[in-house]
Amino acid sequence: MNSMLDNAEKLRVKDLIVRFYTYEGIVKAVEKANLNLIKGETLGIVGETGSGKSVTALTIMALTPPPGKVEGGSILFQRATGEVVDILKLNEAVLLKIRGKEISMIFQEPNAALDPLYTVGDQIAEALLTHRRAEMLEAARELEAVESRGLWKILKNIPYFRERFKEKLLKKAAQKEIIELLRLMEIPDPERIINAYPHELSGGMQQRIVIAIALACSPAVLLADEPTTNLDVTVQAQILDLIRRLKERFKTSVIYITHDMGVIAELSDRVAVMYAGNVVEVAPTREIFKNPLHPYTKALLDSIPRPGSPFKSIPGIVPNLVNPPSGCRFHPRCSYVMDRCIEGTPPLIEVSKGHYVACFLHGGA
Amino acid sequence: MRLIDSESPRIKELKFIWKRLRSSPLSLAGLAIIIFFTLIAIFAPVLAPPRGGRDPYMMPRFGFSPTPRPPSPEAIFGTTEGQYDLYYGIIWGTRTAYRIGLLVVLASALVGIVIGSIAGYYKGVIDEVLMRITDIFLAFPSLILAMAFVVAFGRSLDSVTLALIIVSWPSYARLIRGEVLKVTAEDFVEAAKAVGCSDFRVIVKHVLPNTIFPLLVMASLDIGSIVLTAAALSFLGLGAPTGYSDWGQIISLSRNWITGAPGNPFAYWHTYIIPGVFLFLFVMGWNLLGDALRDALDPMMRRR
Repeated sequence: MNSMLDNAEKLRVKDLIVRFYTYEGIVKAVEKANLNLIKGETLGIVGETGSGKSVTALTIMALTPPPGKVEGGSILFQRATGEVVDILKLNEAVLLKIRGKEISMIFQEPNAALDPLYTVGDQIAEALLTHRRAEMLEAARELEAVESRGLWKILKNIPYFRERFKEKLLKKAAQKEIIELLRLMEIPDPERIINAYPHELSGGMQQRIVIAIALACSPAVLLADEPTTNLDVTVQAQILDLIRRLKERFKTSVIYITHDMGVIAELSDRVAVMYAGNVVEVAPTREIFKNPLHPYTKALLDSIPRPGSPFKSIPGIVPNLVNPPSGCRFHPRCSYVMDRCIEGTPPLIEVSKGHYVACFLHGGA
Repeated sequence: MRLIDSESPRIKELKFIWKRLRSSPLSLAGLAIIIFFTLIAIFAPVLAPPRGGRDPYMMPRFGFSPTPRPPSPEAIFGTTEGQYDLYYGIIWGTRTAYRIGLLVVLASALVGIVIGSIAGYYKGVIDEVLMRITDIFLAFPSLILAMAFVVAFGRSLDSVTLALIIVSWPSYARLIRGEVLKVTAEDFVEAAKAVGCSDFRVIVKHVLPNTIFPLLVMASLDIGSIVLTAAALSFLGLGAPTGYSDWGQIISLSRNWITGAPGNPFAYWHTYIIPGVFLFLFVMGWNLLGDALRDALDPMMRRR
């Protein structure tokens, strides 16, 4: 067991197994997945629907959705203090300090990720006040002299109202920070938007708010789960551009989950390809596009529609993960299938520097 | 993007609810009835001044003859069996109705919220255990179960209240659990957890506020029916002590006089019509208000 991270690594997912206990049977959603995230990079995870991308991301935050259970593996993470921890072994109290502060997440559906009952400002304030309360209290103290006028002068001496007054000051202090944050998200007229409800904003705006919440505490790792899938193309380009710039500014490492190869080419430094719960190939982005090794990666790249040439799809369907195919899970759809692919699972092997592939065509004893 | 006005969102919300309430005459009628009864309850000591030295909830008597007397300037609603003053009983009975209705609904809603949100949020075994306990309570006809509890606790208004709380919390727990299950499937709950909110905070700040509207509707409908059930228990002789201002008991006192006198079936109409009308209006008022709230708060109808 290697419980250490390399110097450059921020996070490593090792042999992760996640299973869902449903009425139809045990869904083997993630099976021995291996990933690592280098400090400061953007790692793209691509794969079809149901390949285990989102489950992996949620598990990194120890938020595996029920009835899912982590059945094996480890997720090593270097905390801000430099200490290396296994996220899957931490207790809830420590996790609450990590979620939102050291690792945070952007969701696919911005409209659903915002609580309809609170204003945008309140929701960003929640993130700020959860993790940066001390800092905000400091700022609130400075406001106290200015704010204690009128009725508050008397009321603040009564214990109950004293608390109310403190909350009011905290909100006021957070407000400055929030407007600054909204400005960074390139939101026009932040002083007005801060009081808006989610349903009053467009999808692109909502996604900017979700990103603002995620970045409110400058996390070291940002998990982006298809954040642009439900946006139209022009807005998508703006959001991608925003994420790229914010990543530089906040010095964040990003895990970007998508099924869109175009977005991967645009944004990521390295790519991990997932298929039916396995990581089948990991390589620098340039390498993946120039020299894909795994038959699935090749098929995926071939299926990108190009003008003038006929549309190609991958034959077959994503396997049912209750009874996944034996051996390499891609073998029923693979055109290079051999006997040993049905019998044994190919390990993830480094074939050239930084290029890993799990396929018997490329080594694997 | 819609224009955002500077008005505080809460004020905007209240204005919107008021606009919906105002647009329907039935809602207004319900509201008027409830305000009417609330005023009666508040000003009971003014409307029917109690005689000093006695429990103000005990009805004064005009003698001890069993035969009721018709309305007169002295007792404007007349007297019922045992010469109890009907007017006094009905005015102070409004307070009793409010006390039972509000106390039972508040307490059972509170228990229901706690049990329902724990079951719906944590799911699995916890949900299973809590819901099976709820099922046990729901398996008995509520009036019979309430009667059994009152008999076990001893006859008093407090045991009626307690018994009604015991039989009404399960439906609140069910309602809240269902709503919580629905809301926890939403992304914003996941998002709140991802921000680092504790379970308690997620439930109190994000889950419950999104489930509370159906509860409000059910609670307002329930206040009426709880009072009706309490009246039924009183009618069966399980409620307040004799002579206590309680609508159910006042109707119970008229039991022997419903058939009237020979040749005049409506001789004692005031003993059951007057308290009956008050009880009817009270229950109807809450039902109308509940319906109005449902219309005003229904997210399907209001999200423009």
